[in-house]
Amino acid sequence: MDITIAILLTIATAATPLLIAAIGELVVERSGVLNLGVEGMMIMGAVGGFGAGYLTGSAWLGLLAAIAIGALFSLLFAVMTLSLATNQVATGLSLTLLGLGFSGMMGTGFVGLPGQRLPDLYIPGLTTLPVVGEFLFGQDPIFYISIALTAGVAWFLFKTRAGLTLRSIGDSHGSAHALGINVIRYRYMAVIFGGACAGLAGGQLSLVYTPQWVENMSAGRGWIALALVVFASWRPWRVLVGAYIFGAVWIGQLHAQAFGIPVPPQILSSLPYLATIVVLVLISRNKRLTMMNTPASLGQPFVPDR
Amino acid sequence: MAAQHDAVPLLGVRGLTKIFGSLTACDHIDLTIAKGEVHALLGENGAGKSTLVKMLFGSLEPHSGDILWNGEPVRITSPGVAKTLGIGMVFQHFSLFEALTAAENIALSLDDGSPISTIAAKARALSYSYGLPLDPDSLVGDLSVGERQRIEIIRCLLQTPQLIILDEPTSVLTPQEANRLFETLERLRSEGKSILYISHRLEEVKRLCDRATVLRHGKVVGHCNPREETASSLARMMVGNEVKAVVREPAEGVETAAVLLEIRKLSRKPATPFSVPLKDIDLDVRAGEVIGIAGVAGNGQGEFFEAISGEVQQPDAASVRIRGKDAGKLSITGRRLLGAAFVPEERLGHGAAPGMKLSENLLLSRHATDARSFLGSGGTIKSAVISGAAQRIIQAMDVRKSAPDPEAASLSGGNLQKFIVGRELDRKPTVMVVNQPTWGVDAGAAAHIRQALIELARSGSAVLVISQDLDELFEISDAIAVMHHGQLSKPLPIAEADFETIGLLMGGAEPGRTEHPLEPA
Amino acid sequence: MRLELIKRPQRSALFSILSPFIAFVLTLVAGSIMFALLGVNPVSALHAYFVEPLSQVWQLHELAIKAAPLILIAVGLSVCYRANIWNIGAEGQFIMGGIVGSILPVTYPEFQNAFVLPLMLLMGMVGGAAYAAIPAFLKARFNTNEILTSLMLVYVAQLLLDWIVRGPWRDPKGFNFPQTVQFSDAATLPELWPQSGRANWGFVFALVAAVLVWLMMSRMLKGFEVRVLGSSPRAGRFAGFSVGRMVFFAFMLSGALAGLAGISEVSGAINQLLPSISPGYGFTAIIVAFLGRLNPLGIVAAGLVLGLTYLGGESAQAALGLSDKVARVFQGMLLFFVLGCDTLIHYRIRLVGMTTPKLEPASKLEEVH
Repeated sequence: MDITIAILLTIATAATPLLIAAIGELVVERSGVLNLGVEGMMIMGAVGGFGAGYLTGSAWLGLLAAIAIGALFSLLFAVMTLSLATNQVATGLSLTLLGLGFSGMMGTGFVGLPGQRLPDLYIPGLTTLPVVGEFLFGQDPIFYISIALTAGVAWFLFKTRAGLTLRSIGDSHGSAHALGINVIRYRYMAVIFGGACAGLAGGQLSLVYTPQWVENMSAGRGWIALALVVFASWRPWRVLVGAYIFGAVWIGQLHAQAFGIPVPPQILSSLPYLATIVVLVLISRNKRLTMMNTPASLGQPFVPDR
Repeated sequence: MAAQHDAVPLLGVRGLTKIFGSLTACDHIDLTIAKGEVHALLGENGAGKSTLVKMLFGSLEPHSGDILWNGEPVRITSPGVAKTLGIGMVFQHFSLFEALTAAENIALSLDDGSPISTIAAKARALSYSYGLPLDPDSLVGDLSVGERQRIEIIRCLLQTPQLIILDEPTSVLTPQEANRLFETLERLRSEGKSILYISHRLEEVKRLCDRATVLRHGKVVGHCNPREETASSLARMMVGNEVKAVVREPAEGVETAAVLLEIRKLSRKPATPFSVPLKDIDLDVRAGEVIGIAGVAGNGQGEFFEAISGEVQQPDAASVRIRGKDAGKLSITGRRLLGAAFVPEERLGHGAAPGMKLSENLLLSRHATDARSFLGSGGTIKSAVISGAAQRIIQAMDVRKSAPDPEAASLSGGNLQKFIVGRELDRKPTVMVVNQPTWGVDAGAAAHIRQALIELARSGSAVLVISQDLDELFEISDAIAVMHHGQLSKPLPIAEADFETIGLLMGGAEPGRTEHPLEPA
Repeated sequence: MRLELIKRPQRSALFSILSPFIAFVLTLVAGSIMFALLGVNPVSALHAYFVEPLSQVWQLHELAIKAAPLILIAVGLSVCYRANIWNIGAEGQFIMGGIVGSILPVTYPEFQNAFVLPLMLLMGMVGGAAYAAIPAFLKARFNTNEILTSLMLVYVAQLLLDWIVRGPWRDPKGFNFPQTVQFSDAATLPELWPQSGRANWGFVFALVAAVLVWLMMSRMLKGFEVRVLGSSPRAGRFAGFSVGRMVFFAFMLSGALAGLAGISEVSGAINQLLPSISPGYGFTAIIVAFLGRLNPLGIVAAGLVLGLTYLGGESAQAALGLSDKVARVFQGMLLFFVLGCDTLIHYRIRLVGMTTPKLEPASKLEEVH
């Protein structure tokens, strides 16, 4: 029993960064913008979070720094694609390349240093409950943030007027503009929200998952988060399901390596990436589902008439 | 007091000017609209009508000039400002969101923050009271163009505007639907609302409007009372000179001529969630004749064109036969090699690549049929030969342009369409299929294109024209068939066809067909 | 304040040429600011980056070695990007080219004759093309997003290389180091002028590929097909060109060129397989492709510039103790500025104050609907 709970907890820890980054990107894509820079924003959040945590001695300040750096970095993308109408695919790629370079440069001095870890929740009486206690009441704070974010985004998109406006922009920015909706402003806010989420996800990696700085520690999670948004057909709660499936794959291959299964570790390590491909193929085979849900103006630059 | 109020027009426009680069789209426009007046804005495509109303609705910013609202100068900096003033707009190309419901679409332009369910109830009530029934919970993507227009109108009315701008509202309706729209507009006028009515259809302007302002090349060329004018005097004001009428000699001996395009039991499943399936379409087009296909937009014309052109191939090879040969499984290139030519509805991005030069766009549709002259060994491109051919087409079709070989996107709609049609005519195709030959094209270019299509048919080719413009079809066709919900009626010889019959067919009035459940009986 | 873009009636020929240069200057300025913030004298840092690595003949050879894979890969990618097909997995195709091309020298080291090298190069190209065919197939058959699949396959290729070098192909006499046997002379890509430096035939391959692809893109129907399908796919379909076939063509061409770059690097510069055979050439080549304006001849110049940042990174590390990651930052910034400057080709940019009314004429063509 204990080992099941332990595995569940590690799955949650592995799934949380994927979930947060994907939820952020979901909002961005719902507004009609494709930001392929998730990996770059995530790694910037990781290095910023670790650095701020290490220098101030406070994991919480580290977390704030991670969010702020992610948001700031996404602003760069926003200015390029929204104000200068650059190609979103190429700009997102360059954001990732820049993020990997910057984080490597900034993190040179952090390699091998001990980091700060956010403490797990502890509520007397609840955390110690049998079976469910630790899972529900004994995890790190970012776990709870991730669930709240999912619920919040689901509520925002489908229950509020601003969410409706955001979805309408993703469906047709031309129509939205004709109605007097400020397309660019909404998209700026969506992109920055996505950046903050990616930064937070990166902070989770360097403040909770493995509290240290390792170059390229995001290891493709930003890209998997992008795939999760497609897999979830742009629905928040489906992102949560997808993130936990991927968390399970990620943890599963680690455990398989630890148990000495006679398969080369490199092959096991490639499983999450292969799983991503399989999942993408499965979802894209369902044409109706993808066509009905893909924001129609996704990835297209918008320059308002004046 | 009351008399003073009446003297002040609801809307006054003085010297309004908008410049795009070297083009003055609107040049010192003056215009007044009184309360309770239906005012027509007349002009050709490209005369500046859309630019003017976009400035009135706050979508475009004027370069200079004044707008007066109830006598007070105002700056309409955004559609939000226009809505607050009391200006509502029904767009020509609807500003609707396909993935959202009708109620959600309406909610987006109301700023009162009330829940969707309340808005849906209001919209339903209002729509029935105006005889424009609407189901607020339906997805816009599933609706017909007529139904979409109702959403736009209801959305506009829910904002209780004093001035309603309608941009070419009848261009997407059947004659019967248009009549119902006129009744609604009459009622709005009787409620004291003002209407700015943009159209190039002169008969309906004469019937509906109290006054008219005519634009040509961005300038006001006159104000008049349309009821005192004739359609031809209005047309002269719009165009500036007499437009050569299209001449259509009766086709001789067509009944016995060879069938060059033969369509048999053509069916197609919907390719995307919002597209229309085709059901058992049969049609013969013979040498020497022009067959027209009428229909309201979105009834399967696009799907039909794709299936005939070979952009989408059929499982059944005999469903499309060109010059007696099975072509259903051939690609568009294969069908071209059999002698067919095609002109799609969308000019930019379908019939032509916008960023490419005209000579490159010539190669686009003719690299296979003219491979011998256009291509060298190993697939090299003979640019000089192609440029020569492009210049030949430019001359034959009188294409006006700013550079020797400009990018397609830099041409006006009419001139680009002349080039695209000319590109196919230059091949002297045996079968020509054209979708919307003169959509958004000025009167001179339209007449040129229509005449060229008739002459192609009379020289022994089979011509099939798909169009939503009934005037055009009656002008050029020898017989008209109607497409509705992916089905095609039997072609009616032009002598037996009239607007009323064709209009009813366009609305789906065939024996045994049930009306839309929301349609009042 | 906000930026306002005004569409030009025609694309600006002037800025088409100027934009990469403006981007390069902006990168130098931003780099100087960065160095100043790091507490390094910008002048000496830029000197170390861009001048020092070019001061001796043997260093020019090193530049050719670094530029060759970048040019080869970027030329292939330019065809993809022109066709609006987003292959970002060139790094993986490079690695697969290296692995497949190494089958002969690693498993039959005694097979030494005039055929071995051409066979290796051919197999490298086949390996890269075959690996690129996977995302192409998934895109053509299932419409699966090629950006994500081609990128995921990079991680898979890296892990495969790591396994193969540590496992089945490890040199038995290599003291347990993760490496294969050294290639024989017959399996080694010859150097061009051995007396003055290490540059090998890989650079010649790059130049030949650039010229051939340039001819294809500008003079042949195939290039026309690429450009039409990339700029307006519906017009391409109307022309009778197939999007699905183009996906395969572009992916496999760029995969083959990346694979050729991979085996050239392995057989020339490295001479054996190691757990890592690329300092991110496949990703840097994306920058090269854009800096070269997706024009194969421009890519040759851009490849030399980006190759220089690798050498500069090494020299600055040695001379000033700067992290070698600075080179990657430089590369990232350069791409950013290139993309930003490209906006000038299609638009004029105007800064608008929020409150001041605009009085100057707005310039724009008739709106396109």
